[in-house]
Amino acid sequence: MPWKFEDDSPIYIQIVEEIKRQIASGELKGGDKMPAVRELALQAGVNPNTMQKALVELERQGFLYTQRTSGRFVKEDISQRKLREEQAQQFMKEFTEKMLTIGYDNSELVEIYEKYIKEEYL
Amino acid sequence: MSVIVECKDLTVKYGKKVALNNFSVEFEEGRIVGLLGPNGSGKTTFIKTLSGLITKSAGNVTIAGEKLGTATKSIVSYLPERPYFPSSMRVKDMIDFFNDFYTDFNPQTAYEMLETLKISPKDKIKALSKGTREKVQLVLVMSRSAKLYLLDEPMGGVDPAARDFILKTILTNYSKDACVIISTHLIQDVEQVLDEVAFIKEGRLAMFKSADEIREENGKSIDGLFRAVFAC
Repeated sequence: MPWKFEDDSPIYIQIVEEIKRQIASGELKGGDKMPAVRELALQAGVNPNTMQKALVELERQGFLYTQRTSGRFVKEDISQRKLREEQAQQFMKEFTEKMLTIGYDNSELVEIYEKYIKEEYL
Repeated sequence: MSVIVECKDLTVKYGKKVALNNFSVEFEEGRIVGLLGPNGSGKTTFIKTLSGLITKSAGNVTIAGEKLGTATKSIVSYLPERPYFPSSMRVKDMIDFFNDFYTDFNPQTAYEMLETLKISPKDKIKALSKGTREKVQLVLVMSRSAKLYLLDEPMGGVDPAARDFILKTILTNYSKDACVIISTHLIQDVEQVLDEVAFIKEGRLAMFKSADEIREENGKSIDGLFRAVFAC
């Protein structure tokens, strides 16, 4: 099943975000070997050049590294906690911005979110 | 990166009607290019010119450095809009036919793909549905190791599941030394496999950009931009 992509940003950037999410959630762990570019491209249903670009970007950002003969790996010393916090920040920012556009103010937000968690998830 | 298709001031006329007008473009190896444009914009004319089925009226075209002719026909694999095999033939006959015709054809690859699609080589063409015929034709075309693949509306008559198969086939057979040109107006279905996009409008090249650039600059999908550019 190909991955789903949004319309408004380049596909390689969305792949970068997806792989970071997989590292944050623990689906990909430090030291894991990444599948070959071609295979990943097929999995995602994207062009191999696009996948290559995404992986190079992930290397540049320090999440992956290449070992000359044996392929590409997830960096061992990545702090999963830090990455998770970063992603959480991003999600909260999106959520808060959306809530502000429909007229909630900051103090109401805390209240309504607390109520929601209690009712829906506990 | 070497250039596969080099096209300079290409003009093609049907009588007085100009189908392609001073069309210039270069496509490099390893790229999957979307040739997008509304009906009657010149997509099929361009593809047929590259495949050698139509003679150009003016301009220069080379494929992998060769002028259009017998030499280019042997390195171009062309999927026409409509399947062209006689309905009395069997699928296996078509494979033999391709094998006789093209030295770069790999029957093994073709048989494997037919098996995944659950199409029997013994079936007669006339017993196949329109969509299945199109799939068979694509299997044949993609089983060649060509330098240039020209796919004219490869997903015209097939269901969404088969569209996924077609895209997967294109990606599986992707080669760094070859160039794939896909003409279509089902942009949404192909957009994530494209490297580059050529918009063609009234026989002219309206835009030629990388798929990433389009999204970055316009904050829109290729489909979205197409709808905006060609709004009626």
